[in-house]
Amino acid sequence: MERPAWAPQGIDISVPSVSRIYDYYLGGSHNFEVDREAAREAMRFMPGLPKVMQANRAFMRRAVRFAVGEGITQFLDIGSGIPTFGNVHEVAHAANPEARVLYVDHDPVAVAHSEAVLEGNPLAGIAAADLRKPQDILSAVESSQLLDLSRPVALLLVAVLHFVEDQDDPYGAVAALRDALAPGSVLVLTHAAYEGIPLSEEEAGGTVGVYRNIKNPLVMRSREEIAGFFEGYGMLEPGLVSMPLWRPEGEADQEDPYAFSGFAGVGRKA
Amino acid sequence: MSKPPKPQPPVLAPDSPEDRLRRFATIWSRAIFPVTATSLTRPEFEQHLLPLARRLIDALHGRHFDPAPAQEIGVALVAVHCTDPDALSRTLAVVESYLVLYCGAGDELTAEEARARCARLQHAIAAGFAAALRERTRSEQEAIARSAMSARSAALDALHATETRFRAVFEGAAIGIGIADLQGRVLEVNETLTRMFGGIEGQLRSRNVSEWVHPEDAPQVWRLYDELVRGERDHYRVEKPYYRGDGTVLWTNLTVSLLRDAEGRPQYQLALMEDTTERRLLNLRLRYEATHDALTGLPNRTLFFERLEKALAPGDGKRFGLCYLDLDGFKAVNDSLGHSAGDRLLVEVADRLQSCATGPGEMVARLGGDEFVALTTGPDTEFEADELASRILNTLATPIRIEGRELTVRGSIGVVEGPAGERSAAEVLRSADITMYRAKSAGGNRFEFADAEADARAITRHGLTNALPAALERGEFFIEYQPLVHLGDGSVHGAEALVRWSHPQHGVLGPDRFIPLAEHTGLIVPLGRWVMQESVRQARAWQEAHPGATDGGPLRINVNLSPTQLYHPGLVADTVEMLERTGLTPGALCLEVTESALIGADDDLLKPLRQLAEMGVDIALDDFGTGYSNLANLRRLPVSVLKLDRSFTQSMQQLPADPVDMKIVEGIVSLAHSLSLAVTVEGVETGAQAEQLKELGCDTAQGWYYARPGAPDRIHSLALVDAV
Repeated sequence: MERPAWAPQGIDISVPSVSRIYDYYLGGSHNFEVDREAAREAMRFMPGLPKVMQANRAFMRRAVRFAVGEGITQFLDIGSGIPTFGNVHEVAHAANPEARVLYVDHDPVAVAHSEAVLEGNPLAGIAAADLRKPQDILSAVESSQLLDLSRPVALLLVAVLHFVEDQDDPYGAVAALRDALAPGSVLVLTHAAYEGIPLSEEEAGGTVGVYRNIKNPLVMRSREEIAGFFEGYGMLEPGLVSMPLWRPEGEADQEDPYAFSGFAGVGRKA
Repeated sequence: MSKPPKPQPPVLAPDSPEDRLRRFATIWSRAIFPVTATSLTRPEFEQHLLPLARRLIDALHGRHFDPAPAQEIGVALVAVHCTDPDALSRTLAVVESYLVLYCGAGDELTAEEARARCARLQHAIAAGFAAALRERTRSEQEAIARSAMSARSAALDALHATETRFRAVFEGAAIGIGIADLQGRVLEVNETLTRMFGGIEGQLRSRNVSEWVHPEDAPQVWRLYDELVRGERDHYRVEKPYYRGDGTVLWTNLTVSLLRDAEGRPQYQLALMEDTTERRLLNLRLRYEATHDALTGLPNRTLFFERLEKALAPGDGKRFGLCYLDLDGFKAVNDSLGHSAGDRLLVEVADRLQSCATGPGEMVARLGGDEFVALTTGPDTEFEADELASRILNTLATPIRIEGRELTVRGSIGVVEGPAGERSAAEVLRSADITMYRAKSAGGNRFEFADAEADARAITRHGLTNALPAALERGEFFIEYQPLVHLGDGSVHGAEALVRWSHPQHGVLGPDRFIPLAEHTGLIVPLGRWVMQESVRQARAWQEAHPGATDGGPLRINVNLSPTQLYHPGLVADTVEMLERTGLTPGALCLEVTESALIGADDDLLKPLRQLAEMGVDIALDDFGTGYSNLANLRRLPVSVLKLDRSFTQSMQQLPADPVDMKIVEGIVSLAHSLSLAVTVEGVETGAQAEQLKELGCDTAQGWYYARPGAPDRIHSLALVDAV
């Protein structure tokens, strides 16, 4: 049964959290044993998972710099998780000290942690909202007073849409957000896929099973399905590609094979 | 793991110390980049390591060797997220293999000393790394724990806030709310529920839900309850009574929902109760008012029909008896003593009737006005119905005292008795009604038992009456014409129009079957108008076909007028209009009126007839001799023809004729002629009869001897025969 809006979600740290698992992949200690247990189990099927996460972070960093280069100074990062290092606001502020960043996550622990990290930072904030309820996100944007939706925004949906099941209408959510953004806004997106994983679908499927078991299903989508999220956006060069191949700054052939799992792309709203 | 990568080609002056430093940094970067989580690019990462490498080399060459700065290298590695243990082992491997090799040359350092220093530097790097990682791990663990705690406390605050809100809703709700576990133990009740049950919370809590039984519980209530607590049903809604602490009854609209935990396991039952006691009382009162007669307090038609329908539902050996009572002469009481006296009479009658039907399965109801019914049910109604009717007549026999007067009340009762399951309530009541009228027309103050044949007749009559208007619209009526013949020469003088009804089910019906009904309902006016119009048109058609077909002038048409038509204000105007429209001369039309219709008619009533007579229309007095035959009156009436009833001429069908009849006819003819009235005889069936009547001086005749009533073209041909 869906939890009614008035009943707050209880905090149960005995249940693994994808944000904390992500932190573990990245070598952090912002996690508990349950998270590590789930992460180790997932890595049993896909040992290179940390490299996938690292490639996500690296892509995000390049994309944020690219957006700043395009004159965008506002960032909306949905599914931001637990900020460890190289976060959007750090990258963006390094490129433009005026840049404003609003993080959004639905994990209360991640939100609390972000609040602690961002305390005293007038140019970055965190809101608790769920991508499955885009209107909640838009209300949060409004009340944060950090972003001005009448001007272009970089919307970051990095490694988050694959946690939204079809029954929760991820396409509708992405469209609702798109409709609220000003022309010239960009969508920065990565998404898990079986394509690119240096394993058979069966082997990689074990990881999917782990996420299913922790009640946070991981939805693998095809390249075509992922491209569908860019409806209403003009795809920017080089299109929807493996993460290391999106505007690489070094030599992509030195990358770990796992870094090529899934897809990344940036589109601009006309 | 892998071998350290090969050094890149130098960028700076080859083999300068700076170039060697860079080559060392490159090797180091390549070694550990794959095990870092950094989002820096490789060149950026290498740039980041360069100052660290420089410090390491400075430490190696220090005048007074101090390995401490190497600790900071370990710390710095952790700071750039090289937290993987492999990052340390690879760093140490690179330092071991390349630090002295690339950067050991120069000053006075011996190879042995360089090796020793390098080893100590590695120890320091490892210690620094471990210390930093331990610090970082601790602080991150603490940070995440703190975040979890603050998230939890925020959630608890929010939970507390909603709980406070919902506690307020729970306590302040206008409906009663109770929560019990699945064993029926009451855990929580709100103020409203307590109040509904009489105000003592302890009483509510101490009782198990399953004990809240009430004799009027709907049969499915406890089955639904069991299904719910077993988790087979998520909610149900029923109307349920409870006993309050003081024994009074509380009626509720009860909604019970099953509450489940996060895993979907049933946990609690939640009851929401709305107190409907007052609404129910109001409904009962409304129901009482809707089913009882306000004046007498007896059940009314609605309730009576409900009971009758139940009594008539099929069942083994079930019988019923129904007495339908209508007071005789009640209207007179109302008219003479006023309605309030009439009402009091009805109340008294109602009381007496009620005392007649006190047995189980018996009831009395007032259908309206002065109509009452008494119903008895059970296996012995064949006997009981009779008894009941007798009791009713007996109880009415004692005069009723109203306003100082003794009123004698009589009634007519129609009794229907029979087995249940054969007839509908409406059929039974109709039969009783018909039978009651039979009792009434038999003189009243009696009861009659229903009789299927009498019913059938009445029902046919009823059916015909109802079908009359549509029959007229659909053109189901037609006219037959019976010739009127001059007794003198046997020529066709005219014809009498006789209306027929071609009924779709009953076939052709004669006027005796439906004219009285039409007369009763008033339909006789349009029907009569149609007959006259048709006949006048027909007469005109004959005239046009045979101008001067008879010696006595054109063919005439006789049309019957019923009493209602006679007194209808449009009679003269309608007749004139028809004559004018068709162009028939008034003298060709004869209106037949029965003697009885004119009995007691004053001048006003005779005026229309007189007007018609003055125009030249003949008026015939039909069925003469069957009424009072007020001969004195005859002078006053605007009639020109007497039609002798067939009863006078019947005896002349055979020879010798009854001499008394002969004398009477002779007398009447003589009288008529002396008043200048023509005499027509009906029912002539034999030649002998015709001869006799001719001799007695009758003017015209009709009957089967000449022709039966028939279609208009038959008159046509008869007239032609005459003309030949």
